[in-house]
Amino acid sequence: MTHQTQTPSGLEQMLSVLCPWFIVINGEGRICATGPGVLKLNGDQPLVGTMLLDFLDLRRPKTLHGIEGLVAEPGRKLHLVTRTAPHTELKGVIAPLPDGAVPGVQDGAVLSLSFGISVIDAVRDYALSGEDFAVTDLTVEMLYLVEAKSAVMEELRHLNTRLETARNDAEEQAVTDLLTGLGNRRAMDHAIGHIMSRKTGFAMMHVDLDHFKEVNDTYGHAAGDAVLQRAAERLRSVTRVEDTVIRHGGDEFILVMPGVIDEAKVARLAQRLVTEIEEPIAFGSETLRVSASIGISIATDLTTADPETLMEQADTALYVVKEQGRHGFRIYTPDMGHMTGGETAA
Amino acid sequence: MHGLINRAVERFARDTYGDAFWTSVAQSAGLEFSTFEAMLPYAYETTERVVEALAEALDKRQDEVLEDLGTYLVASPNTDGLRRLLRFGGTGFVEFLNSLDELPARAQLAVPDLPMPQLELREVDPTTFTLAVTATPETGDLFGHVMVGLLRAMADDYGALVFLNHMQDAPGQEIIEIILLEVAFAEAREFELGARAG
Repeated sequence: MTHQTQTPSGLEQMLSVLCPWFIVINGEGRICATGPGVLKLNGDQPLVGTMLLDFLDLRRPKTLHGIEGLVAEPGRKLHLVTRTAPHTELKGVIAPLPDGAVPGVQDGAVLSLSFGISVIDAVRDYALSGEDFAVTDLTVEMLYLVEAKSAVMEELRHLNTRLETARNDAEEQAVTDLLTGLGNRRAMDHAIGHIMSRKTGFAMMHVDLDHFKEVNDTYGHAAGDAVLQRAAERLRSVTRVEDTVIRHGGDEFILVMPGVIDEAKVARLAQRLVTEIEEPIAFGSETLRVSASIGISIATDLTTADPETLMEQADTALYVVKEQGRHGFRIYTPDMGHMTGGETAA
Repeated sequence: MHGLINRAVERFARDTYGDAFWTSVAQSAGLEFSTFEAMLPYAYETTERVVEALAEALDKRQDEVLEDLGTYLVASPNTDGLRRLLRFGGTGFVEFLNSLDELPARAQLAVPDLPMPQLELREVDPTTFTLAVTATPETGDLFGHVMVGLLRAMADDYGALVFLNHMQDAPGQEIIEIILLEVAFAEAREFELGARAG
């Protein structure tokens, strides 16, 4: 091609300012001139003299074919892609060139390109800078927004991670069971530690609800939850302020009662607990019934007592109650260790 | 004040003077925590107290501390994100200066509740500018001196040689004079448009 002059035409100079990503083609689709940045899309290889469609592939609209199709409908939104890697996607629009606007070009047209959403990759792939874009082009603003948004998202991600960690910590340190409002195992350890430090004797009761599983299976979890809540209320109503009532997971509760070491008194209390728990519970139109098995250990000699052993003793007593038909209580005695308890549950 | 701003003050103190220094500043400012959350709001007075405590601990005037903070925000590699965001303002220092009017809107595009003073650049002659920094109730009078430090560091970043003068310290409005001695005094720091995007 011989039309390309060394000094750009007035039109080219104008396009370089207004829409620097331009390509001028002639009637047969051959590239006559390009904006400065366009060469970057071709690996800085010259484009003038080559065919436009050897450089760019027209993806859409599919109805347009060849260079004739391309120029036939000026103003349409074109989707193009570079034929060489990284196959950058481009938006384009074509407009016919007025006769004589570029010397030596007949039936020419100007294609103006932009990156659209692919700009993020393109800027990196081609190491583009602010000067590559028209002053009115919003590309730099868009890049700014993407980067600012990423920075803010990153901060929020960090904040979320820290909040999540804090929430888990708080949950672990919580001493309250959410369903019943009772303390949990940690609350009990704390209470026992406190009692032991004051050298007070105490009773420990391990309460297990009888028939809870049947209620749950028959009437559903909501009914089960209602039973647990009512049982917790009743346990609390029977006990004193200084007593600790905790939910020991599932349908088990543990009561720690400082100063209660007289066996007769403990037995009266336990009987009252069983009676209270056996009161029917209204749940919608249903009436729910559960009972309780209670294993009890009493710590009188605090010099030798340790919470682990007391817990085991209460468990053993509870086991004996269950063996003997549930619905009652037993106070631990050393012979239970052999599981040969002969007394009947009260 | 927005956590991002408090967090910036904290990072400046930690990076420049060490964690132990920051801890003692946080204590004398009466903070009940050791680190600010960038994405949570704090009372304006908290920021004021921290800046006061910082100046006292360093035995410097508050305006000096704020100016150092502004410089730190641009020059420190730990806050390169901010430097990059500012560099999007223009391809050269003068273009950057001319983008300052829209800096608050730009910042709020990313963080809508970020308090920013109103900025207005006046071109006295081709090499002399003034920047009026007008406070809002949320910003107080903390930003003017930060802007001086920030502009100084941005001039370095663009490789420009400037003379900066904080001329007016009236409550509510500060004026910064910017005299451009040489646009291309030194090599500009690298800024690749696509280095971080995406």
